[in-house]
Amino acid sequence: MADIVFLAMMVITVGGAILALEASEVVYAAVALAGSLFGVAALFFLLNAPFVGAFQIIVYVGAVAVLILFTVMLVGQEHLIKEVSFSLGKLAGALTAVAIGIALIAAFAASRLAEISEPLGTATYLQIGQLISTQFAPALQVMALVLAASVVGALTLAKIEGEEDKT
Amino acid sequence: MLFAIGIYGLLVKKNALRLLFAVEIMINAANLNFVAFNQYLWNNAVGQTFVLFSIALAAAEAAVVLAIILVAFRLRRGIDVSELKSLEG
Repeated sequence: MADIVFLAMMVITVGGAILALEASEVVYAAVALAGSLFGVAALFFLLNAPFVGAFQIIVYVGAVAVLILFTVMLVGQEHLIKEVSFSLGKLAGALTAVAIGIALIAAFAASRLAEISEPLGTATYLQIGQLISTQFAPALQVMALVLAASVVGALTLAKIEGEEDKT
Repeated sequence: MLFAIGIYGLLVKKNALRLLFAVEIMINAANLNFVAFNQYLWNNAVGQTFVLFSIALAAAEAAVVLAIILVAFRLRRGIDVSELKSLEG
């Protein structure tokens, strides 16, 4: 049962990822990316990490995907977004991707990870909360600063340009 | 299971055409590996906590990149990266 669900989620995730990069229309690509992110969230649930899965759905499927969709619609005009048409670059990209993939598989085969079949145990909400509020408390505060700075920066970028447009 | 996740990482880094999408997908692949390895190799919550931070960072990054894309579009009427030559020194 879990294997079937896992396979389906892998198909959704990988297919969505490929579609997000290869779809002809950018809007479709954005929707495919949202589907792919949702698949990743489902994989988190399958990995007994429901907290991370819920977080993924809230942040990615809820916020980032909508943000991307809005940007795509604002920018609009698909014809302005030119694909890289020369085949040499595409070939080089594909070759690099295959090389990285072979390297990853080789690294996996060289390790003894395949012998591990059972998870050691799952993290509880309590553990996550304790870690965030003790060991990772400085990181949490830095993260808050980074988030605030990025939001302010994004707003500033958009706002200055908007005022120039009015004049 | 982990092998399939490795293949996922392989398939994911396929194409850098749509840069932001590609970056988001790669971040997600890394997050997935964080959780999976944490689940199977160590019995603690550090991996999941790390992924929480990583997701938050990725969201901030996406917001900034989208703002930059909007500004670039307003300035140049296009978001083809190869046309943004004015950034070159």
